Amino acid sequence: MDAACMRLSGGLDSLWMLSAGGTTVDAPGSHPSAAGGVTTPPAVALVDVRKTFGEVVAVEGLSLEVKAGEFFTMLGPSGSGKTTTLRVIAGFELADSGRVHLHGVDVTRSPPYEREVNTVFQDYALFPHMDVLENVAYGLRVKGVSKRERRERASEALEMVRLPNVESRRPIQLSGGQRQRVALARALVNRPRVLLLDEPLGALDLKLRQAMQLELKSIQRELSEHITFIYVTHDQDEALTMSDRIAVFSDGRIEQVGTPGDVYERPANEFVAGFVGTSNIFEQHGRTYTVRPEKIRLLADTDTDVPGAAGIVRDVAYLGSVTRYVVELDRGETLVVVRQNLDMSAEQALAERGRRVRLAWREQDAKVLQTNQQEVERQ
Amino acid sequence: MNGAARTRVSAALFRRPWLRAGLLLSGPTAWFVLIYLGALFLLFLSAFWSVDSFSGKIVHSWTLTNFETLFKVSAYRTIALRTIGIAAAVTVTDIVLAVPFAFFAARIASRRLQAALFVAVLIPLWSSYLVRVFAWRLILAKEGVLNWFLGQVGLGSVNIGYSNWAMWIVFSYIWLPFMILPVWAAIERVPESLIEASADLGARGWRSFRSVLLPLILPGILAGSIFTFSLTLGDFITPTLVGGAGSTFIGNVVYQEVGISNNVPFAAAFATVPLVIMGIYLLVARRLGAFEAL
Repeated sequence: MDAACMRLSGGLDSLWMLSAGGTTVDAPGSHPSAAGGVTTPPAVALVDVRKTFGEVVAVEGLSLEVKAGEFFTMLGPSGSGKTTTLRVIAGFELADSGRVHLHGVDVTRSPPYEREVNTVFQDYALFPHMDVLENVAYGLRVKGVSKRERRERASEALEMVRLPNVESRRPIQLSGGQRQRVALARALVNRPRVLLLDEPLGALDLKLRQAMQLELKSIQRELSEHITFIYVTHDQDEALTMSDRIAVFSDGRIEQVGTPGDVYERPANEFVAGFVGTSNIFEQHGRTYTVRPEKIRLLADTDTDVPGAAGIVRDVAYLGSVTRYVVELDRGETLVVVRQNLDMSAEQALAERGRRVRLAWREQDAKVLQTNQQEVERQ
Repeated sequence: MNGAARTRVSAALFRRPWLRAGLLLSGPTAWFVLIYLGALFLLFLSAFWSVDSFSGKIVHSWTLTNFETLFKVSAYRTIALRTIGIAAAVTVTDIVLAVPFAFFAARIASRRLQAALFVAVLIPLWSSYLVRVFAWRLILAKEGVLNWFLGQVGLGSVNIGYSNWAMWIVFSYIWLPFMILPVWAAIERVPESLIEASADLGARGWRSFRSVLLPLILPGILAGSIFTFSLTLGDFITPTLVGGAGSTFIGNVVYQEVGISNNVPFAAAFATVPLVIMGIYLLVARRLGAFEAL
């Protein structure tokens, strides 16, 4: 047994060649502003923003640039400061320190009604005493747009979110999905330069949420010349589906900013690796590595001609299109493997529990993580 | 056996929701029908009777004399209009005082300050109504605290003790908690995000108040105004204590007719006036959409 382990760890080294240095993660911040251009200021720029509520520090040292026309997502667990950041941009909260710029204009101390942004609220915040048309036209009414024009524009906005024929209904008579669309139309009708969305799909069921994700993305693509979308969510799939870029939040700080590919395939640190996807973290020669579950090949124990790590399948979850295997390696770590059920029935998949297996992956799929948060903090 | 019987009864009750509701409501319903509606019905009934001027006994035959007297004698008209006018003025005053206060208490004050304000609003209700009216009598009297204070700051003195002004001030003070509490509750129920959404859509503070907050708290204001309006309409103690000559209220007339003249039918007829007014008030409020946000 001991001998087998020795042989295995030797095999691991040669397979992953970890000491030679796996793929090191790009420093966060190397991607943004690459295409920023010199003339167009960013749609939103936060500079060293700090916001506290009493004793609690909600965000600290937060700097961020969102390019015009971008679908930018702030992703993080609850309490990570993403919603506070959104509210600072909207003007519902004033930053304790730091600056907020919208299209190059300093709006740090401006009230919400002086900012060219509109918000889709988590609870939709539709006015219960107004019908749908009045709700959507509210912003135009406040700005003194003529009755005829605001009717037209409100109807147009409702059509854009594919919600005609409900104009005279009250919010309470609508389904959750319809309310969500009204909230979106009410924000879009004002033609804001930045649209802020605070977990707008959180209350919808999965099917509807997925449909709305695609729809939101297509609306954004249509309008991207005029509107920048800033989207807050705790749902990594949602973030990966829709975003041009993602900022991963934790504890009031940004852990990484990058494209969905960046944050998923090249996570900057353990937190990002764990939050965006399954972490699958292991140590090797004093460095921390992560490998995505779908990048791991699950081989039979007898398959010794390919070098790999031996272990035992501790748990199997059959998820329909894929199966998730939890494998405890002989050297102690536990890795999650996801495999498509290509030639595998549910019964076969479930029968894997307790079997001895070997795991293998391509060396470029194992990423070195920076464990020291300070290194990742700012470029 | 006993246990089995209990099980059967509870199962029977479970299967018949109407029976459960009936048992639950039988007590309150009996009270409501007998004491409350019954008394109201008797009031209406006796308003159409009259009193024999020789024997002083009630004549149980239908007549509209009482109502004719009410409409024809100008003194009674004046009294009714004064009562309604002051009740309306008190209601408006209390709305104007309560809304900003309740807004501050519900939305701006810290939790601890909120609790303190809540107690502060309620404390006056712990002491006797009579004591508080007497206190105001001392404050508003010619040699009272108010004039002493005005004299100290060099504003001379006012002579408003024993007048309609005094009644207006005292009523507004006494019924204020009954306006603050429902308005406070109503403001608390409006989600913060609605106000934020309004600001987000370009509305300044006043606009948000007028277009979003006010329509949503209207039911609360209305509930408060029913208290302040009807409590003022029916009162006779404050007019007696702080009102002077020419401050008679409907309540005073009712009191005199029952207690001094022993003319219960006429008192009943006059007492229906506030009821009718409240009915009209509620109808108008409904017309104006005050209940739509309920």
